[in-house]
Amino acid sequence: MATPNMPLWEVFIRSRNGLAHKHVGSLHAADTTLALQAARDIYTRRGEGLSIWVVPSNAITASDPSEKGMMFEPAESKIYRHPTFYDVPDEVGHM
Amino acid sequence: MYTQALNTSDGDNSHIEDAARSANFQARIDADERIEPNDWMPAAYRKTLTRQISQHAHSEIVGMLPEGNWITRAPSLRRKAALLAKVQDECGHGLYLYAAAETLGTSREELVDLMLAGKSRYSSIFNYPTLTWADIGAIGWLVDGAAIMNQIPLCRCSYGPYARAMIRVCKEESFHQRQGFEIMVMLSKGTEEQKAMAQSALDRWWWPVLMMFGPPDKASQHSDTSTKWKIKRFSNDELRQKFVDATVPQAQFLGLTIPDPGMKQNANGNWEYSAIDWEEFNQVLAGNGPCNRDRLAARRKAHDDGAWVREAATAYAEKRKQRQHAQAAE
Repeated sequence: MATPNMPLWEVFIRSRNGLAHKHVGSLHAADTTLALQAARDIYTRRGEGLSIWVVPSNAITASDPSEKGMMFEPAESKIYRHPTFYDVPDEVGHM
Repeated sequence: MYTQALNTSDGDNSHIEDAARSANFQARIDADERIEPNDWMPAAYRKTLTRQISQHAHSEIVGMLPEGNWITRAPSLRRKAALLAKVQDECGHGLYLYAAAETLGTSREELVDLMLAGKSRYSSIFNYPTLTWADIGAIGWLVDGAAIMNQIPLCRCSYGPYARAMIRVCKEESFHQRQGFEIMVMLSKGTEEQKAMAQSALDRWWWPVLMMFGPPDKASQHSDTSTKWKIKRFSNDELRQKFVDATVPQAQFLGLTIPDPGMKQNANGNWEYSAIDWEEFNQVLAGNGPCNRDRLAARRKAHDDGAWVREAATAYAEKRKQRQHAQAAE
């Protein structure tokens, strides 16, 4: 009686005008039309969204969390990329 | 995204656990870090969570049955609309939870099949019948009230996808409890007959609801490791006591009597309740509750009756894909 697996989709919702779409969860559906309808029913029952994206889960390429050290090292060591690295004389005030 | 795309080999060979990884994992838990699907985790952590989250999901889905029983007979359009929305929420909760469970590497289809085969449990409470409209009030007030007590600490559970699902669930659950309590208020202020109906519902649901928190701490088999892993933040008895202390004043407000003549308030202000009949709990878990067979039969029928819809949707999606390929090839 094993049921065949339905494709998995990731759901992104824009909650308010001007905000980015944000990942809210996933769902199973046979195609894009059904995925959008299911996303509406599962994730926006209380007016949580203005717009929905559904993306096939297997279309997402993810970085490997166990290699995050190596992956993000270039950002760790470059403190001169932050404004606090630079001294501004007090007399100048806010910059 | 984690079930199909990634995570294929992890978990299969993890019975050979590396002590250093285990220690590192426990250190992350102790530091209150969240564990995410692709992080290394002990096989037993994965197994415990898969069991717990999938049983939680099954409970939401089976929990639609006792309440769905009254949708067509709700006493007013207002009550009907609210109950329909509540039952729809339960379905949504089930789906968030299946999605969280899947991130651990077992597909929803497999999890559902285990439940339909009677190999995976759901909450014992849903094996009790809803005999009158007052039961809908009592379920919202007591069953959802108890569920909230259990679920709020789960919002801080160490497993990220479960904690995030519980945050959504808890936000929605508060309407459930309030609509149930409103039903109880109306009935308990109503005619003698309505008040008797409310009392009878409280009489029948009280003890099964106390059992929802699970076996007493000294008998619970999952508690120790679950606490160590921060899946569980409070013990069964602690949560049960919190629930009783919150509920007694509400029953007093309703003018209803909790069916426990031995109950008394101690010097700390806690309400001490009488011994719970754990034999009844064990019998319901073993499949001998009043509605176990009905519930499973209803789920199996719904699953089987819906098979053609899943097949048709899959076939249509496949056909469209083929057509697109053919057009692209032209």
